[in-house]
Amino acid sequence: MSASVLGATATSRDPWRGFAGDAWRAGVAVRDFIQANYQPYTGDAAFLAGPTDRTRGIWAKLSAMFPAERERGIYDVDAVTPSTITSHRPGYIDEAAELIVGLQTDAPLRRAIIANGGWRMVEGGLKAYGYAPDPAVAEIFTKYRKTHNAGVFDAYTPDILAARKSHLITGLPDAYGRGRIIGDYRRVALYGVDALIAAKQADKDACAVAPMSEDTIRRREELSEQIRALDELKQMAASYGYDISAPATTGREAIQWLYFAYLAAVKEQNGAAMSLGRTSTFVDIYLQRDLAEGRLTEEQAQELVDDFVIKLRIVRFLRTPEYDELFSGDPTWVTESIGGIGADGRPLVTRTSFRYLQTLYNLGPAPEPNLTVFWSPRLPQGFKDFCARVSIDTSAIQYESDELMRPRFGDDTAIACCVSAMAVGKQMQFFGARVNLAKTLLYAINGGRDENSGAQVGPALPPLTGDVLDYETVVRRFDTMMEWLAATYVNALNIIHYMHDRYAYERIEMALHDTDVLRTLACGIAGLSVAADSLSAIKHATVRPVRDERGLVVDYTIEGGFPAYGNNDDRVDAIAVALVESFMAKIRKHPAYRDAVHTQSVLTITSNVVYGKHTGNTPDGRRAGQPFAPGANPMNGRDSHGMVAAALSVAKLPYEHALDGISLTTTVTPNGLGNGRDEQVRNLVGVLDGYTATGGFHMNVNVLDRATLEDAMAHPENYPQLTIRVSGYAVNFVRLTREQQADVISRTFHGAL
Amino acid sequence: MNEPAIQRPDLGITPVGTHPAPHGALLGSVHSWDVVTAADGPGTRFVTFFAGCHLRCLYCHNPDTWEGRNGQHVTVDDLVAKMLTFKAFISASGGGVTVSGGEPLLQSHFVEAYLRRCKQQGMHTALDTSGFLGAHATEQLLDDTDLVLLDVKSSDPATYRKVTGVALHPTIVFGDRLAERGNRMRIRFVLVPGLTDDPANIAGVADLAARWGSVERGGVVDQVDILGYHRLGVAKYEELGLRYPLADTEPPTAEQLAAAAAYFTDRELRVTTS
Repeated sequence: MSASVLGATATSRDPWRGFAGDAWRAGVAVRDFIQANYQPYTGDAAFLAGPTDRTRGIWAKLSAMFPAERERGIYDVDAVTPSTITSHRPGYIDEAAELIVGLQTDAPLRRAIIANGGWRMVEGGLKAYGYAPDPAVAEIFTKYRKTHNAGVFDAYTPDILAARKSHLITGLPDAYGRGRIIGDYRRVALYGVDALIAAKQADKDACAVAPMSEDTIRRREELSEQIRALDELKQMAASYGYDISAPATTGREAIQWLYFAYLAAVKEQNGAAMSLGRTSTFVDIYLQRDLAEGRLTEEQAQELVDDFVIKLRIVRFLRTPEYDELFSGDPTWVTESIGGIGADGRPLVTRTSFRYLQTLYNLGPAPEPNLTVFWSPRLPQGFKDFCARVSIDTSAIQYESDELMRPRFGDDTAIACCVSAMAVGKQMQFFGARVNLAKTLLYAINGGRDENSGAQVGPALPPLTGDVLDYETVVRRFDTMMEWLAATYVNALNIIHYMHDRYAYERIEMALHDTDVLRTLACGIAGLSVAADSLSAIKHATVRPVRDERGLVVDYTIEGGFPAYGNNDDRVDAIAVALVESFMAKIRKHPAYRDAVHTQSVLTITSNVVYGKHTGNTPDGRRAGQPFAPGANPMNGRDSHGMVAAALSVAKLPYEHALDGISLTTTVTPNGLGNGRDEQVRNLVGVLDGYTATGGFHMNVNVLDRATLEDAMAHPENYPQLTIRVSGYAVNFVRLTREQQADVISRTFHGAL
Repeated sequence: MNEPAIQRPDLGITPVGTHPAPHGALLGSVHSWDVVTAADGPGTRFVTFFAGCHLRCLYCHNPDTWEGRNGQHVTVDDLVAKMLTFKAFISASGGGVTVSGGEPLLQSHFVEAYLRRCKQQGMHTALDTSGFLGAHATEQLLDDTDLVLLDVKSSDPATYRKVTGVALHPTIVFGDRLAERGNRMRIRFVLVPGLTDDPANIAGVADLAARWGSVERGGVVDQVDILGYHRLGVAKYEELGLRYPLADTEPPTAEQLAAAAAYFTDRELRVTTS
């Protein structure tokens, strides 16, 4: 469709024709618009349409490029143009055939350099893939334009540096974009950019006469940046031939407007997670209006969704191999939240919720977008059944408890990254990665010395004496060590986020938030199951420390059995619960930057492998270097009573003390769910209902055979789209490192026996 | 190494012996428990594996449950308490409890008391048995059993004895009794090439199932599960220092399973293969 035709349609129709409700007309209130206009769909999946030839053709064209990208690490990069919203000329996959347009650079899979987060990440990324950094660009970002990364290291303290170096705190967003901020991209479709600029201008005008305190100065500067970014968003859309100053008038425009807004964000921010929000039911209002007006068929509606999702699948960032070691498979966390129940009890499930999931059939399985279903036992049966079927067929969906989120965040909540809930456009987080609790326990035993290097990292405690580890003593010392760690950790995060706001502010994403937002400081813990099992061993068995010539405890002998986390056994689950509560309480003691509310997650993504690598032998019998369990999972093989018993241990972790999410990854063989697809669907729905009803928060569901994964390791070329969920996101299995593949295969597969 | 041959599973239940049971309390010998989906009955179930069995099935994949002394003694109260920690999940997901083994009817008094308590808690109950000790099941026990998973290992007395070491007849008597009482049952038959796959044998099992009648035709059999022989138990035999009797037997092919299923579908029975 040419721009002139589109321009004509845009002016000839009232964009809000047929829409109900008033609350959303006066000011920015997307949630009110949705509530006033969406039609819940309670039927089954029979109405869905398959892929058109056009869709297949575009996907085939990209699929032909993926092997080269996988082989080389990246397909291509523009190494000389620092990316901004308007930096690149328009790019297309197949200009004549695309329904939704826009790429991060001028060609598909061509990555951009985004340097405000840190020059080293850009330089390292380019060199790793055989590209020379451009000297002029290097000079800009090392001499004239300070980066976030440079700012952070100007302020870091010796304690923080030591904790970072020893891998006690890992994955901090101090060298790249922090991400996990979801712009309310729907606002652009509903209101058009000009109305959003006017609202921001009004906010800026409102603080023109206040005393110019630091807060007010920052507010005015940020609002100016937001308005500038919105202007650039319009320019970028115009370069593709679209005028998005006014609201979208059709479903196709709504998706296009929304996507332009998202695209602006990923052109300018290389955030760790660049999530999309909760768009399907919003888009549904437009698609259903088009269907009612006879403008679209079901096949065409699906085609629009398919084309949109193709774009989301090819979001790319230039990152270093070290980064990928932590977060493997090149994830971008284009998380889209689907389903859930509204405050009034109506399900937020629409036909377009189905259409989004249908892309996993029409285009085949894929890790992105990170499709996240907000589960409730009250969801319509047809939707539940379809979700379960898609899970069984693709292993590409994750589930999070709508029952836990809705009361706390409202019914217009979306997940950023993996498990971080936030009210869309009203709340943002300061992403804080995580600390290694298992290693912290070893520090408690070794008086703050690192079990590998011997360096004094934490506060020095007198050496432990005696042949047997005493539970009360170890718990007391662990508490001391966690106190110090919490203080060091919050300090690090405060520095990071101060600098990020200063040098790598998310202009366009924050332009699509309310001016006054709730901020959270999202801390996190890794190694929970190792720490809990270690304490259980010390409490219930006899654990003797083994010291080396440096006097460091480097190993343990264990006599007798001990209950292991993951068996729904309170003797040890209570220890895990206490650790979560205790660390959260310690975090809360330290004031957070910009008055953020402290939260924490129990999530590791794939960094469970790296954390394990840098952690010595632990008192639970885990060997040095062995991976941790991912997220809040029990250690592999110790959950001996089946998947449900494991899940119920995880469900005991208190969400109110881990509001940034608690991640559980389960892998079940198809036969482990039943005989035949119908029984498998019924039983998976039952497991999800049961988990949600017992307070479980998040569940990744993989339905896979070990043999399939082993074959994919041996013959990756045969499995280009094999998708597997790891903690909080999904990856192409063949893009994991061999070490991570082996870790995934070593995990417990729950099958019927 | 002086480790015991068998690592006793951690039940998460304090076994009697380490704490005194109330005087006169019924004690069960429990090998282990699991919460499983899609095995041992419909939905997600709390399955208790009782220790001890008279049968010595050649293909048994749980030889560690043969000896009663391999179990740990627990009270009904303690087992019910453990079961209840899963009740909310099971109620929401659909499912129930299953008593399996071993042979649960070897401890019929304990099982009867346990099933009674499960029914009082509103749980769906299943009894997984060979039927050899069907005479031990009281009327009360069967009243409290929503589904009997009846293993019919063969229809031919000689083959049955070869497979199990005991007589077939009690199982048939038990099946007849269940049919008479209207106890819902699910027939299980393990297809072992070279051992139980004789066409006459399969047809005989199908005839028995047909005699008890499909639910759709007013009988009591809701489904027949044909389980393909598998070798997953081999490692346990090695751990126990036992010879694995079917060392040279291969699992059935999909075609063999389908052919066996036909005998049942011909008799208008619902059948699954796995």
